[in-house]
Amino acid sequence: MKMVIRGNMATAVGAKLCRPNVVPAYPITPSTLFPEKMSEFVADGELDAEFITVESEHTAMSACIGASVTGARTCTATASQGLALMHEMLFIAAGMRLPIVMAIGNRALSAPINIWADHQDTISERDTGWLQFYAENNQESLDLMIMAFRISEDKRVLLPSMVGLDAFVLTHTFEAVDVPDQGDVDKFLPPYKPNHGTLDPSNPITMGAFVTPEHYMEFRYAIELAMNESRDVIDEVFEEYKKTFGREYKKLVPYDLEDAEIILITMGSISGTARVALEEMRKRHGKKVGLIKLTVLRPFPEKELLELTKNAKLVAVIERDISLGFGGAVFGEIAAKYVNKPDRPLITNYIVGLGGRDVTLKDFNEIVEKAEAALAAGEVEKQTEWINIKEDAL
Amino acid sequence: MTAAGESVTEKELFACGHRGCAGCGEGTAVRMILNTAGPNTIISICTGCLEVMTTAYPETAWEVPIVHAAFETSAAVASGIDSALKALGKREGINVLAFGGDGGTFDIGFQALSGMLERGQNVKYFCFDNEAYMNTGIQRCSSTPYGASTTTSPSGKFSIGESKDKKPIGAIVAAHDIPYTATATIAYPKDLKKKVKKALEIEGPTFMHIFTPCPTGWRYPSELTIQLSRWAVQTGVFLLWELEGPDFRNIVINKKLPNRKPVTDYLKLQGRFRHIMKDEETLQKIQKMVDEKCEMYGV
Ligand SMILES: Cc1ncc(C[n+]2csc(CCOP(=O)(O)OP(=O)(O)O)c2C)c(N)n1
Ligand SMILES: [Mg+2]
Repeated sequence: MKMVIRGNMATAVGAKLCRPNVVPAYPITPSTLFPEKMSEFVADGELDAEFITVESEHTAMSACIGASVTGARTCTATASQGLALMHEMLFIAAGMRLPIVMAIGNRALSAPINIWADHQDTISERDTGWLQFYAENNQESLDLMIMAFRISEDKRVLLPSMVGLDAFVLTHTFEAVDVPDQGDVDKFLPPYKPNHGTLDPSNPITMGAFVTPEHYMEFRYAIELAMNESRDVIDEVFEEYKKTFGREYKKLVPYDLEDAEIILITMGSISGTARVALEEMRKRHGKKVGLIKLTVLRPFPEKELLELTKNAKLVAVIERDISLGFGGAVFGEIAAKYVNKPDRPLITNYIVGLGGRDVTLKDFNEIVEKAEAALAAGEVEKQTEWINIKEDAL
Repeated sequence: MTAAGESVTEKELFACGHRGCAGCGEGTAVRMILNTAGPNTIISICTGCLEVMTTAYPETAWEVPIVHAAFETSAAVASGIDSALKALGKREGINVLAFGGDGGTFDIGFQALSGMLERGQNVKYFCFDNEAYMNTGIQRCSSTPYGASTTTSPSGKFSIGESKDKKPIGAIVAAHDIPYTATATIAYPKDLKKKVKKALEIEGPTFMHIFTPCPTGWRYPSELTIQLSRWAVQTGVFLLWELEGPDFRNIVINKKLPNRKPVTDYLKLQGRFRHIMKDEETLQKIQKMVDEKCEMYGV
């Protein structure tokens, strides 16, 4: 069924189709529609679940952990400050290997407070042991929610997932979304049977134990192994989703790479703008510039990255976050993956669109011009550049 | 002079032109507090309507220094301010105020509030209660009254709206054995200002629960804000009292109510209760809850 809905609604509808048993959620812009819709689904009897109106995001994630460890399928949504407040519990959810799913309306962090699109919130949680998916549009937001449950709950993975969609640009924008049938989703994602131990008096287990240096590293290593395993699981689930629902997903989505000397890398909603900009450049000026959209950031898709960029002369990482005192976080990760390759491309980095500043065709033109100049010079003068910054306001 | 009564300052410290909705109860309450506190005041505020409507860069509505850190932190940040002034030898003569919405006080900031009170910090806390998370678009809070429809306690086939009554924040706070706890509404400005003055004269933590109707969230015409503040008191929905210390036997009821208005008079003006206005059983239940509370407090 086609519905014209906002991105938040897409995550809520996607989550509802997965029949969660428990939904603890707390309001925060731009994700508030998720708790609102979930409580409405429950109030109207459309969803048979317990909705918990928690008093903070710390409690939202803690309640997800409690529900999950009791054998319930559970999910929530948040953003920005709310995700930051959950930080402690994100490690614990992953450490206990609980397949919780969470939608994030990607938003900037305080101070100063700002509610608009920015990837800093999820980027800052890269090390917590959660799988990370980034949507480009509302359809992807819905599809990735459904797939996230399947991937997270797989016995080989058992790690939580977050699905990011850009604040307002997606969360509040209406788009046509193909909503799968409940019956098909039920087949794709059967009723929850936990693949992990649960709290059950007839079979007592201890979760969240006190672990000394003798064992701690193995717990962490096991998560890393599960992250590695999840690479294949993601491919399998993407493949099955395509067979069932007809929509194709890839960890890295290539665009016009065949002859590309310069390859841009983007995440989220700006990828569409980038494609339009590149199409123009190619048509008008014959520029051979391609694009890779990152859909999966955790586990980091390094094999695919190296394969897709093997003929590139320059890779330009364009991102909506900043690891202050370093440069773009995604740039740092991407650059690190080439470090032992003798014939690596030049790698440049552009910081764009923080706090919801529009990222326009003009910005992409400027970025490509800078990249071309670096390529012509054969060296990168300034590794990380901020695009469209008002120097005179400083 | 201000419309609301006497001012100790010539200049308004809460500037006009802020972005509050017409009829915003919070804005009026803040203005009354600042008129009483005067310019030697530092304020810590929470994320919420108050912060959004007063701090939109590059403007500010504040003529006294304020800091906004996060949603759950106004009591915690105010603790730091109080201690820093002490450490720097500047504590004398400065009011340290902490402001929070009901969400920032009853729910997410409750831990920080409890800590600040228990440590005995010299912070005057003011909670502006509009009975929901308004800034994010009317979600229920532990301050939301029984029966109110909000976007996370929607009325529906299986729901009458909010299913729990308001958390008794004043009683919980007073149990921390703090020197002064009080309630107020903007319909009784003299009472409100007298209480603010009293709080400011006390050494140590104080708490004031201020009832601040919200036309947008409660769905009523904005000119009814003061009337609803008054009727909340006259029906017994919101009681005016003050208490020194933790012993409720010493409570002072500021507004005795020999002839209370029926609660439906108050409810029927508000869209958030529309779905129960024909539901006699629920209306009676609400009336009974109010009756019981009034009896307990001896109003
Ligand atoms: C940690 C965190 N969670 C959620 C939010 C989103 N948020 C901002 S203001 C607000 C509601 C404020 O409600 P209240 O304290 O009652 O103040 P009001 O706006 O009603 O005056 C919420 C949920 C946030 N800023 N930070
Ligand atoms: Mg409120």
